[in-house]
Amino acid sequence: MHKKIESSKSSVDKARAALSKRASLGEDIDLEKYTQSAEELPYQDAPSQLPDETREQMMRAGITLGDDSQRSGTIIQMDHSVIHSLARQEGIEVMGTNQALEKYNWLSNYFWKAVAVDSDKYTAHVELNQSNGYFIRALPGSKTLYPVQACLYLAKSNLAQNVHNIIIAEEGSELHIITGCTTAPREEPGLHLGVSEFYIKRGAKVSFTMIHNWTPEIEVRPRTGIIVEEDGVFLSNYVIMKPVRSLQTNPMARCVGDNAIARFNSILIAPPGSTMDLGSQVILDGKGARTEIIARAITTGGNIISRGYIEGNAPEVRGHLECRGLILQGGGTIHAIPELRGMLAGIDLSHEAAVGKIAEEEVEYLMMRGLTPDEATATIVRGFLRIDIEGLPPELNLELQRAVEVSQKDIM
Amino acid sequence: MDGENMLEIKQLSVAVGDKEILHDVNLSIKAGETHVLFGPNGSGKTTLLMAIMGSPKYQVTRGSIIFKGKDIVGLPMDERARLGIGMAVQRPPVIRGVKTRDMVAACTRGETSKETVDRIAGKANLAELMDREINYGFSGGEIKRSELVQLLAQNPDLALLDEPESGVDLVNIALIGELIRELLQKECPIRDRSHAGLIITHTGHILDYVNARTGYVLIDGRIVCEGGGDPHEILATIKSKDYEECRKCTRK
Ligand SMILES: Nc1ncnc2c1ncn2[C@@H]1O[C@H](COP(=O)(O)OP(=O)(O)OP(=O)(O)O)[C@@H](O)[C@H]1O
Ligand SMILES: [Mg+2]
Repeated sequence: MHKKIESSKSSVDKARAALSKRASLGEDIDLEKYTQSAEELPYQDAPSQLPDETREQMMRAGITLGDDSQRSGTIIQMDHSVIHSLARQEGIEVMGTNQALEKYNWLSNYFWKAVAVDSDKYTAHVELNQSNGYFIRALPGSKTLYPVQACLYLAKSNLAQNVHNIIIAEEGSELHIITGCTTAPREEPGLHLGVSEFYIKRGAKVSFTMIHNWTPEIEVRPRTGIIVEEDGVFLSNYVIMKPVRSLQTNPMARCVGDNAIARFNSILIAPPGSTMDLGSQVILDGKGARTEIIARAITTGGNIISRGYIEGNAPEVRGHLECRGLILQGGGTIHAIPELRGMLAGIDLSHEAAVGKIAEEEVEYLMMRGLTPDEATATIVRGFLRIDIEGLPPELNLELQRAVEVSQKDIM
Repeated sequence: MDGENMLEIKQLSVAVGDKEILHDVNLSIKAGETHVLFGPNGSGKTTLLMAIMGSPKYQVTRGSIIFKGKDIVGLPMDERARLGIGMAVQRPPVIRGVKTRDMVAACTRGETSKETVDRIAGKANLAELMDREINYGFSGGEIKRSELVQLLAQNPDLALLDEPESGVDLVNIALIGELIRELLQKECPIRDRSHAGLIITHTGHILDYVNARTGYVLIDGRIVCEGGGDPHEILATIKSKDYEECRKCTRK
């Protein structure tokens, strides 16, 4: 107990000191312009009773409320309030971060271990203004039959949502999570600051599928850190296909244990007016640790920076980074920045990056087979976005592909 | 189509960019017939097939291409495909994330059942390639077979085959020969055939499988020789005396 107070005290001090520390990447956001407080919203026993337009927005972010028999648990946070949380499976815990802090006094030891509290003004701001977030944990050896779904919903106009999420997969457990981040379907400003810290213990496996479904005036600054122990696996799938004013995130996974694995797949589509700066960083510190970072970026007029960073610090590590960008319409840019850093002999890191428009030759090839130019383009885009995700349960993979295809129709 | 030409090319000139590649080409093909096109590298054979197929890079600067009585110059490729023209490409592109199966399905416009598709694929010994990305890491011979499977699914009236057998081993040539025979309805009596073919070949091996009745030699973008009857004779001349002889032949 004593220890907890001490550590939180020092993180508060550190946060105060970092309050005006600009982030190294992304346009600087003036936090003053956002409202910090929001009314407490009532708990919903049956979230399927939420208004249609709310559920519709959630659905577009991968959250299903009508029939949740295909989910091992659900948590919904609207503005600052957890309005619903339920774990449906033994060995799986799902609740708001505040509630979890009350329940487990050891939990504070997990705060700011995977992400530094003084990384920048956004992490500092979350520490000093935290409004919940979710806590999801799989007990040792427990395996989710279905994914747990977590929804972060921004309802109030001009609000800053400052959440802190903690995900713990205890030894030998397996946890699949779908997170949907979305807002009310209005074009009003809002800020989403989300700190997420993942702890993947020995031999555990976590898949984290996140769909962002924003509106054109929203600014987003997630801050994510992942620690993967020996034989652990972390698998991230990130999809953003809707407009957002400004998004910048650069999650970092540290594979600290031997043979730890981290994989990142991202699909980004930037419509006009959107700026997305998305990266994935993996530090391979454990012997034989492995990673694969795959990004597919499409601009239909927005600006994308797609970063990747792999650092190999231990023997026999392997990493591959692949970034491909497609410029469907002029006016947008795609800037791919792949980086590799090797510290030892005997490591194997590689990357490939390609940015371009749809190859005329490919369109012609399909037209030769009888497809119209539009059908040919759609086929090529569908192929471009098709990534077969290793390690994801087939139903979840299917769900993800479906989500991608639905949004894809919007852009064509 | 008795007596009528399925394809009739008249005084055709074709340019790529600013450069005219084909000059004053004339040829015609009737339903049921297979014609072959010889010529040295760079002489314009692929250009001719691409112009018939309608690739926009190959600009018709003069002349006409009449298919089933209709001038198709100016029609986009997909409309030509729907009119019944199909082509096996010499060097097809890779399309990432698009599977061979998707290509074959595109060819049938969803009209052919999965069983039929699998039967054709099985026949071409291509079953394992159906779920791979199209042309990605395909061997030379696999590309040829995949092109033919797509054409069989598409079932065009006029098949344009660009070097269907080059780089193919002896066993697979027999297989490719069979596929082309099916495509060109070689098992039907000639008067019942509604399909026609135009085949580019360097080696002439494919002549052992299809009964071609006319051969052309294309040199520097001009047809310098048109031989009715057995194209083997043209091939024999090219083999013994090379293309120089053909060149001289026009000059006489
Ligand atoms: N897209 C292009 N851009 C520039 N030149 C081209 C293009 N396509 C064809 N050519 C030129 O046109 C000429 C004819 O090319 P084509 O591909 O038709 O030859 P080919 O007879 O099929 O040769 P091969 O036997 O080597 O396949 C060549 O000189 C070639 O370089
Ligand atoms: Mg050629």
